[in-house]
Amino acid sequence: MATIPERKLDMASMRTFSPAGTQQASAATTKIESRNLNFYYGTYKALSDVSLAVAPNSVTALIGPSGCGKSTFLRTLNRISETIKNTRVEGEVLLDGASIMDSDVTALRRRVGMVFQRPNPFPKSIYDNIAYGPRINGMKGKMDDLVETALRRGALWEEVKDKLNKSAYALSGGQQQRLCIARAMAVEPEVILMDEPCSALDPIATAKIEELIFNIKNQTTVVIVTHNMQQAARIADKTGFFLMGKMIEFGPTDLIFKNPSKKETEDYITGRFG
Amino acid sequence: MSRLAWRNFVNEVMLSLTAVCTLLTVSTLILILGYLIWNGGKSLNWAFFTQLPKGPGEVGGGMANAIVGTAKLVGLASAIGIPIGFIAGIYLSEFGGVTFPFIIRYVADLLNGVPSIVVGIFAYAIVVLPLKHFSAWAGSVALAVMLIPVVVRNTEQFLQGVPQSLREGALSLGASKWRTIVTVVVPASISGILTGIILGVARIAGETAPLIFTSFGNQFWSSGFNEPTSSLPVMIYNYAISPYDDWHRQAWAAGLVLLALVLVSNILARGILGRGTAANRA
Amino acid sequence: MSSSAAVSPPSATGAKPTFFSRLKGGDQVAYLITLLFASIVLLIAVLIVYVLWQESSLARHKFGFGFFTSQAWDHNEENYGALPFIYGTLLTSFLALLFAVPLGVGAAIFLAELAPPKISNALTFMVELLAAVPSVIYGLLAIFTLVPLMRDYVEPALKSTLGFTPLFTGPAYGVGYLAAGAVLAIMTFPFIISVSREALLDVPREQREAALALGATRWEATWQAVVPFAKLGIMGSIFLGLARALGETMAVTMVIGNVPKISASLLSSGYTIASVIANEFAEASSDIFRESLIFLALVLFLLTIVINGAARLLIIATTRKGSS
Repeated sequence: MATIPERKLDMASMRTFSPAGTQQASAATTKIESRNLNFYYGTYKALSDVSLAVAPNSVTALIGPSGCGKSTFLRTLNRISETIKNTRVEGEVLLDGASIMDSDVTALRRRVGMVFQRPNPFPKSIYDNIAYGPRINGMKGKMDDLVETALRRGALWEEVKDKLNKSAYALSGGQQQRLCIARAMAVEPEVILMDEPCSALDPIATAKIEELIFNIKNQTTVVIVTHNMQQAARIADKTGFFLMGKMIEFGPTDLIFKNPSKKETEDYITGRFG
Repeated sequence: MSRLAWRNFVNEVMLSLTAVCTLLTVSTLILILGYLIWNGGKSLNWAFFTQLPKGPGEVGGGMANAIVGTAKLVGLASAIGIPIGFIAGIYLSEFGGVTFPFIIRYVADLLNGVPSIVVGIFAYAIVVLPLKHFSAWAGSVALAVMLIPVVVRNTEQFLQGVPQSLREGALSLGASKWRTIVTVVVPASISGILTGIILGVARIAGETAPLIFTSFGNQFWSSGFNEPTSSLPVMIYNYAISPYDDWHRQAWAAGLVLLALVLVSNILARGILGRGTAANRA
Repeated sequence: MSSSAAVSPPSATGAKPTFFSRLKGGDQVAYLITLLFASIVLLIAVLIVYVLWQESSLARHKFGFGFFTSQAWDHNEENYGALPFIYGTLLTSFLALLFAVPLGVGAAIFLAELAPPKISNALTFMVELLAAVPSVIYGLLAIFTLVPLMRDYVEPALKSTLGFTPLFTGPAYGVGYLAAGAVLAIMTFPFIISVSREALLDVPREQREAALALGATRWEATWQAVVPFAKLGIMGSIFLGLARALGETMAVTMVIGNVPKISASLLSSGYTIASVIANEFAEASSDIFRESLIFLALVLFLLTIVINGAARLLIIATTRKGSS
C-alpha cells in the first residue's frame, strides 16, 4: 500500500497525525475515505489528489462552485461513476479500511447508497419502490414491516400509509425525494451519499429533508453535496470545500465557515465568487 | 391587379390546393374501407370461416385452413422473431459500445428496407431447397426475417427513452446491470415495446410475397409445420387473379377479414401506447 | 452502525445459494447473450447477400453485365435479360412518385402548417392506418376498381386527347404501367405524408414567424421559409417512398399485365422485377431460369439498399439540423 500522506497537525480540528502503523486506529474513526484520488473524464482531469476521511455516524458536507468536482467525487465513492464510459480513477477509496475496487460493485452499492439531485422513483407503487432494494438483495415474502420502518425513517409514513399501492409518481416533488431517501435507507446502507438532494425542492420540503438527515445520522453516515452553504452550516459536522477538482480545505463546519485557513475558502464563503 | 392582391390570391389558391391534396389522399382510405366493407360484408358467411376451399370453378367453400394457416405462420414467426429482436434491442440500448451497435443498427435498417420478395427467396434458399418441399417452416422464417428489424429498432428506441436516473437509482441500491434492465428499464418502457411488436406482427400477417414460394399454399389442412400451408394473403392473391366469380367473392371476404385484423391491431396498439405515456406522466 | 430494523436484509456477500447468486458474473453472461442475439441480426443480413450471390452464380456467369441490357426472355434458348423488368420497375416507381410527391407533400404541408391540431392529428392517424394496409388488399381493390376505371374512362380519355404522343398509344386494357403507377402512388402517399409532416413539424417556429413578421402571406411563409428548412427531410421521405415502390410486389403484379417487353406507351402492359419473380419463381423448372430470377432479385436488393441508405442519410441530416 502507498505511504499514508502526512496530515497537518491541526489543534483546532483535533485531527490525528497518522504515520504508518496507526492505520488500524484511524480506520476505527474513519468510515469511508479517499486517498490521493484523481479522476479523469477521458483526458480531462476532473479531480486532483483528493484526500478526505469521513467519520462514522456523521454528516459531511461538500461545498464549492459549479463544476468544481464535488459531485464527481461523490460518485466515485459508490463507483457509479463507472456507468459513464471513458472514465478513469487513480488513487484509492477505502470503506472500513478496504479498497472499494476489491469488492464486488453491487455488494459495495448496497453498503454505500445514493440519493440523486432530482427524485427518481421507479414507475412502480410506493410500496414496491421501497421493497425494491431488499427484494433484489434476496429478501422474499411480504415486507410490510420493513416498508413501514423505511417510510418512517424517511418522514413519509404518515402521508402515504393509506396509499402504498398508488404510483410513486402521484406524490409531490418533495415527497418523491423523501421516498427516494426512504428507498435508499431500506437496504440499511452504512454510508449514504446525497447529491444536492434539495436543489429541486421548495424551502418547506428542504427543511423536512434536513430534519430527516439529522435523524438518520445515528444509523448511517451521510456525505452530502450541496450548493447551499447555509444548509451545510445547518446540518453538517464537517465540511469540505472543493475548487477546480481539488479539495482546498476540510474540517469542522464551524471552523470552515467562521475561521477558514485558506484564502479561496474565505473568498467563496464570503461570496466573492461562486 | 395590385401586387398585394395577386399575392393574396396566390395565397388563397395554394392553401386551398393543399387542403384538396389532403382531401384526395384521405378520401382514398375512406373509399378503400367503404368498398371493401361493402363487398366483403356481402360475401362473408359462416362457411367462410368453417369450410375448406372447393376446387376451381366450384361455388361455395371457405377459407378455414387459410385462417388457421395464417395463425400458424404468424405464430411461429413471432416465436422466432420477437425474442431475437427484443434481446438484440436490449444489447443495442444497454450493453453495446460504439462500433458494433452502429453496425447492427445500420444492418437492421437495411433489413427493414429489403423487398419482401427478396426475403422470400432467402427463405426459399435456406429452408425449401434443403427440405426439398414447401413448408410452414419456410414461410415462418421469411416472416421472422421481416419482423426482426422492426422489433430491434423499436425495442432499442423505447429502452433508450428510459431516463438514465432510473438506472442509476436501481444500481445505487445494489442491483446488478441485468437486474436493473429486467426489473426497472424494461417495465418502464414496456408499453412502447409492446406497441411496436403488435404493429410488426400485424404487418407480417398481411405479407404475401414472401409466402408465395415458401409456404406456398394448400387446399387442405396442413398438419404440423412441415407441409405447404395455406394463408389468407396468398388465397386473396390467387382468388383475385382467377377467372371465377365465386372466387372473387371469397377474395373480398378474405380481404375484409385480413384488413379488419390489421386495422384493429393498429388501433389497439396505438391505444396502448397512448394510455401508457399518460400513465407514466401521472 | 446499529441495525434497529425489525427485519434486516441478508449480508452483502449473499450467503443464500439461490440460482441468481450462482451467476456470479451475471452481467457478463447477460452481455454475452445479448451480443449473441444482436449478432444474429448481422448474420441474417450477411446470409441474404451470400444466398443471393451464390444462387445466381449460373446466371451471372452466363450473362454477365449483358444481363442488364438484354431484352431476351426465351425459355427454349435459355436466354434471359433484365432490361424490360428494370425498365418496368423504374417506370412504375417514377410514375408513382410523379403522382404521390406533389399530392403527398401538399397534404403534409396542410397537416403540419395549416390544419388545426385536432384535425391534423386525426387525419394523420388515418393516413398512418393507410400505411398499414397490406399490399395484396391494394391489389385486390385495384383489380376490381382501378383497372375498369382505367379501361373504361381514364385511358380512352387520355388516348383521345394525348393520343398523338407515343405515351398514350395502343389498346387500352386497363392493366399496364399506368395502372401500376397509380396503385403505387396510392401506396406511397402515407410514407411521404407522414415523414414530410414530421420534417415540417421539426422546423422551429421562429422560421415561419420571421417570414410573417416581414409581411409574407401564410403561403409565402410556408413555401419560402418552412419548406426549404425541411427540404432534407422531405427528400428523405421521397427516397423512402421510392425504395418502397421499387420493391412493391403484390399490388403491382395484379395490375401490370405481366408482359416482359418494353413499350413507350404508358397504356401497355409491362413487368417489374418483383412481379416476374412473384409470378414465375414457384414454377421455375430449369436451374438457369431460377438463377436468372435470383439474379434479378440481387439487382433489386442492391437498388433498394442504395436508395434506402441515401434516405437514411437525408433523414439523419435533417434531425441533426433541426436540433442544432
